[in-house]
Amino acid sequence: MSSGELPGPAPEERMRPEGRRNEQGIRIDPEAEATHQPRYAVLSALVKHEPGVLAEVSGLFSRRQFNIESLTVGPTTDDGVARMTIVIEEPEPGVEQAKKQLRKLIPTIAVEELQPEAMRRELALVKVRAEKPDDVQSVAEMYNGQAVDASPNAVTVEITGSKQKIDAAIEAFEQFDVEEVVRTGAAALERGAETMDANGYASGE
Amino acid sequence: MSERAFHQDPEPDSPGDEADDGSDDAREVTTGAEAAIIALEEAGVDMAFGVQGGAIMPVYDALYDSDIEHITMAHEQGAAHAADAYGIVSGDPGVAMATSGPGATNLVTGIADASMDSDPMIALTGQVATDFVGNDAFQEVDTVGITQPITKQNYFAGDPDTLGEDVSEAFALADAGRQGPTLVDLPKDASKAETDVQPVSPETPDTYHPPETADEAVIEAAAEALEEADRPAILSGGGVIKGEAHDELRAFAREYEIPVITTMPGLGGFPETDDLSLGMAGMHGTGAANLAITNCDVLLGIGTRFDDRLTGGVDSFAPDADVIHVEIDPAEINKNIYADYPLLGDAERVLEQLDDELTEAPDADEWRAQCQTWTEEYPLDYETPEDEPLKPQYVVERFAEHADDDAIVTTGVGQHQMWACQFWTYTEPRTWVSSNGLGTMGYGVPSAIGAKLGAPDREVVTFDGDGSFLMTMQELSVAVREDLDITYVILNNEAIGMVRQWQDGFYEGRRMASEYPWIPEFDLLAESFGARGFRLEEHDEVDDVIKKAREYDGPAVIDAIIDPGENVYPMVPSGGDNGQFALNEQQLDTL
Repeated sequence: MSSGELPGPAPEERMRPEGRRNEQGIRIDPEAEATHQPRYAVLSALVKHEPGVLAEVSGLFSRRQFNIESLTVGPTTDDGVARMTIVIEEPEPGVEQAKKQLRKLIPTIAVEELQPEAMRRELALVKVRAEKPDDVQSVAEMYNGQAVDASPNAVTVEITGSKQKIDAAIEAFEQFDVEEVVRTGAAALERGAETMDANGYASGE
Repeated sequence: MSERAFHQDPEPDSPGDEADDGSDDAREVTTGAEAAIIALEEAGVDMAFGVQGGAIMPVYDALYDSDIEHITMAHEQGAAHAADAYGIVSGDPGVAMATSGPGATNLVTGIADASMDSDPMIALTGQVATDFVGNDAFQEVDTVGITQPITKQNYFAGDPDTLGEDVSEAFALADAGRQGPTLVDLPKDASKAETDVQPVSPETPDTYHPPETADEAVIEAAAEALEEADRPAILSGGGVIKGEAHDELRAFAREYEIPVITTMPGLGGFPETDDLSLGMAGMHGTGAANLAITNCDVLLGIGTRFDDRLTGGVDSFAPDADVIHVEIDPAEINKNIYADYPLLGDAERVLEQLDDELTEAPDADEWRAQCQTWTEEYPLDYETPEDEPLKPQYVVERFAEHADDDAIVTTGVGQHQMWACQFWTYTEPRTWVSSNGLGTMGYGVPSAIGAKLGAPDREVVTFDGDGSFLMTMQELSVAVREDLDITYVILNNEAIGMVRQWQDGFYEGRRMASEYPWIPEFDLLAESFGARGFRLEEHDEVDDVIKKAREYDGPAVIDAIIDPGENVYPMVPSGGDNGQFALNEQQLDTL
């Protein structure tokens, strides 16, 4: 026998609304429930160039369970400012949350999601075991790659480009023995004359 | 306590380089440590809570010449909770101090607590000298790394010339926008090093821009939605209190006759004595609040993050409602509940904007009558007090009768905390001091100390559980030493009662590690600390014991032996539908 019980109509006797919300807290039409598919988003962030910022940003993404594909960071023309390019894969509400949480960090100066047509480059170094270095070279050329090191048994090729291009290049090299691959994350900039400052890109969001 | 291990030289680096101070009055900065303390003074700090230790000694040495009163706590966790409570009742950041290593890690729970509840607090921690950082030196821990996710911002103040500025900025940031904890880690060499850089007045960094007023177009749309609502409700969160918007909210709710529900941290933001008040919503909220929140068609949420203990399952949370979300932190918009009308800004100013835009009250007579019916149908009640054993609800209710109207209630975490929510009547802001978000057992004893020192003219009563009390009871020594007039009421059921309740409800009564086979006699324990102890077992003694404890000028502890089987209802199971709250164990089984 439990104590603390209270009077009042039982659950099934109470007023109850028809509606429902989905996992993201958005009201839904139960008959046409829309689910948000994950998509890739490229975030460009200007942050104060100070110790601990990278750890702060990467910690944020892991503890809030944002699905991060890559994160690159480097200096800018301003000594006090670093630029991060972060590629995430999230459903729409997650992309929005990630941007807001990133903006909330005190060292963050500005965060923008880049347009799909933004310039986006990655770099890969692919070490290939090759008896015939010329064959490797010709495959590399197909992807505008270049050999940056050659030894009797191995050639290392540098490839720059989109993720898809690098994926394709590595696949093409599979005809040889790919010994090692190292890849950077994406570096990306918006096309056109506009530049990003503390207020984001001039075009805004 | 390893941080005061006597076999270790507390001053491992050369003792000869201590600054020779002879200028008590000038308060000119000569060292990094003095810059830190003068920065606090400039910010208006007059009290700090902490525990000494090796790496923070230079900072304490600078306190020697300061007017800042330092309260030595028994444990750093107590210092953090006391500073947190001080911040809640005063509205200004409380200051917690600890040494490096275990001192800093002991603060962590309290910092996380402040972070979850957006309480203003600044922590100063000692750190090993910069040359030793990264070497796993004695009492070294990566304080900045550990506290990064639980602070608004933290600082490694390795440069004596900027150390004062770091403290100033940390203070300003803790207080600004959505309040919260900040931390400055002070390596010993930087604290001891000479500097003549005077601290600047507290300013937030140039990257920090909390929103002030909401977008006019959204205000217009939100006002229209509110005017056209048939079943409007206001959900008043902790942000109403933190943002000093309680007067504006009262006027607003009364002018437009909109029923008001509070969250737990929002208790006191709207008077529970008002006809429009439906009480607290959520897991152990009132029937009326939970039915209103479930069935409303426009929900005006102010300063709330729609925490899971409030919403229950998101799918069934206010599913028919257009949500107007007034919030100062953009990251809270659409985090848990989608906002149809996001109103970013300071709660008070956004309410003014809404008030300016609204031309008429929503036509909601029928809805208000419905809410009134719910209030009558679902009273918070308990068995008649003549029955034995003692009912905890009766103790809370009687104490509320005796207490001053603006008395401050602090609590531990568990069943007693819920009874303190339910059976005390909150009418004023900053009267509810609790661990709402983090749920820290042990918050009660030290929080009362911070609350009393932050609001010396107000009555302070702490409802604690026997389990919570056991976690931080050593701080009673501080209450006695500082001669603080606090009444501690332990609602003693010889168990971690909320866990026991869940085991009975959800784990087939398998009471694993929730009941204490033996616990101390808390009245005698209190006496040994130098406090007054009372044992309370009978209903007819309740008023008398409360009177005596309140009359005692100093800390008093009432060990109230309550019905160990008493449970907290109503109850919405975790992730459940707020409108389907259980009123008893049988209903809980069917949900």
